[in-house]
Amino acid sequence: MSDDLRPASDHLLEVDHLDVRFFTRRGEAHAVRGISFTIDRGETLGLVGESGSGKSVTSLAILGLIQLPGKITGGDVRWKGRSMLGPVGEKYAHKIRGKEMSVVFQDPMTSLNPLFTIGTQIGEVPRHHLGMNKKQARERTVELLDLVGISNPQQRVDQYPHEFSGGMRQRMLIAMALACEPEMVIADEPTTALDVTIQAQILELLADLQQRLGVAVLLISHDLGVVAQVCHRIAVMYAGKIVETGPAEGVFSHPGHPYAAGLLRSTPRLDVRQARLVGIDGAPPDLINPPTGCPFHPRCELADQRCRDEMPPIDSYDGGREVACWHAFAERVGAEAEA
Amino acid sequence: MPSLSELAQRRKPEHADDEPLVVVEGLTIRFPVGRAGFWGGQKRFVHAVDDVSFHIHRGETLGLVGESGSGKTTTGRAVLRRIDATAGRIWFKGNDITHVTGEHLRSLRRDMQLVFQDPYASLNPRMKILDLVAEPLVVHGIVRHPKDASDRVAELLQLVGLPKDAMDRYPHAFSGGQRQRVGIARALALEPEFIVADEPVSALDVSIRAQVVNLLQDLQDHLGLTYLFIAHDLSVVRHISHRIAVMYAGKLVEVADCDEIYEDPKHPYTRALLSAVPIPDPELQRDRHRQILSGEMPNPVSPPTGCRFHTRCPIAEDRCRTEQPPLEEKAPDHVAACWLT
Repeated sequence: MSDDLRPASDHLLEVDHLDVRFFTRRGEAHAVRGISFTIDRGETLGLVGESGSGKSVTSLAILGLIQLPGKITGGDVRWKGRSMLGPVGEKYAHKIRGKEMSVVFQDPMTSLNPLFTIGTQIGEVPRHHLGMNKKQARERTVELLDLVGISNPQQRVDQYPHEFSGGMRQRMLIAMALACEPEMVIADEPTTALDVTIQAQILELLADLQQRLGVAVLLISHDLGVVAQVCHRIAVMYAGKIVETGPAEGVFSHPGHPYAAGLLRSTPRLDVRQARLVGIDGAPPDLINPPTGCPFHPRCELADQRCRDEMPPIDSYDGGREVACWHAFAERVGAEAEA
Repeated sequence: MPSLSELAQRRKPEHADDEPLVVVEGLTIRFPVGRAGFWGGQKRFVHAVDDVSFHIHRGETLGLVGESGSGKTTTGRAVLRRIDATAGRIWFKGNDITHVTGEHLRSLRRDMQLVFQDPYASLNPRMKILDLVAEPLVVHGIVRHPKDASDRVAELLQLVGLPKDAMDRYPHAFSGGQRQRVGIARALALEPEFIVADEPVSALDVSIRAQVVNLLQDLQDHLGLTYLFIAHDLSVVRHISHRIAVMYAGKLVEVADCDEIYEDPKHPYTRALLSAVPIPDPELQRDRHRQILSGEMPNPVSPPTGCRFHTRCPIAEDRCRTEQPPLEEKAPDHVAACWLT
């Protein structure tokens, strides 16, 4: 990548040619295929893609949560310049995870243990990582609940998860993620299970916390609207590859990759009434038998022989943009439909 | 891309002046949820749907929008007579169908069908596509065996954009979007006039969603179908509906023409709902005035007095807390239930 000349420790997190495969009975599913990206301090990166694009697998790989039959088969994940993979790296990663880097999962209904009070579950994190005793952990939990906007934290701390609604539980998970004042939070579809009005509350909370605490956020989502609202930079994934990265404004206003453009066109917008939605024909490829060349070529209207034979490398363009396409920024047939 | 005149036609159905196909009046649905009080004397109910009235014209799409727990699915099921109404009446093609039973109900079912949300759970994995699509025909005694209907099934599959040889395969061989097409073919098998589509695209990926929405629109144009399109996603609804009805906590709060509701919403809940939907454009998103509601939808077992939205409403007054606002005409063909607009 173009950042090779700078010292590696400049970035908070570096994902370097990461490769993840799942060895299933049907064959080998190549879920993440050599992707690279970085996250700087205080930055919000949105990782966008449809189901099966490998975005969640990427987050699990960063967290070291890939389990058999899955395996990281190549590349590296570095935190502040030090590898988190391999026997030495894993010890290092163990200290980082939950403390400097934490996670908020998608489903607030299943991410909490119904048998323990909120106080016990959130307090467990500072007790483990910061060596707090029960009393200190409880105080910390009350502080955290207050921070994420839960009223009456003194009483709420002793309640069980079933006494909270979906939106409140998602706030709990955010509180838990923030327990040790992390430098980066991975939010994996944090609002997908929530209603729109609650989603708006949670997104505002995330943006507010990010400004106040200066944490970096890796936001994983399939919803382009959500990403547009909170992210500085976005990376678009398709079939295990990053096909486009760049500043949010640039990618949204002038996408360089036909898939990114197609995704934007097929997202129905509230502010514009279209006569007809423009979808992308076909379906995402099977990762066990991915197509040769560019993974998007079977659905791409610009595809030619070269796209079918050779995988395009990810190239840099003006404005911090990187696109993996032989026809990047080409005037498309579909552009008329947009206008 | 359809021309503007085509679009206008789609917005104003041909038979707009005729009698509506579906009329719902004062629909109320309560579900019992155990008893309260020391001797268990007091019955408690979930007030799922409360005094909801609307109509749908032939060839029209009514979008029914609401968050989870608003009663939109219950309303859809009640219109299809899959749930019995506690109070209120439902007319279909001019006939009162609220209490129709037996053979009449059976023949009624041929005219109204349901498309489900989850294409993974709604198709039996052990049945071939042929059997799945022909099942309604067998159930209604039109054919004796699915094999007798293979021509009809082939036609239906073609109609929804699936290859003919899909017939001999099982659901697992298809992607989510294709399965939803099978679900639509199944609903069309009996040539219904009215289809309730309950969140038909919510479980699908964005690029596939557009395909299915377009298919539903094409089918409406070709077959003159009437839809009740239930969704929580306001942006999808905008592209398929002629009119939109918004529900909150079991109440209908606003009904208006599609463009009207987006450009000039009258009810504060509709306004909040619209401003909560993220727009995929970072610059626009930043300049947008956003109104974020605090709190959550009230418990349907003990809904608040007065307007059900008053607990979260930014402009609520004393009157809203005590008196329920009626659904009034605020502009031509635009009704809303609010004291203050």
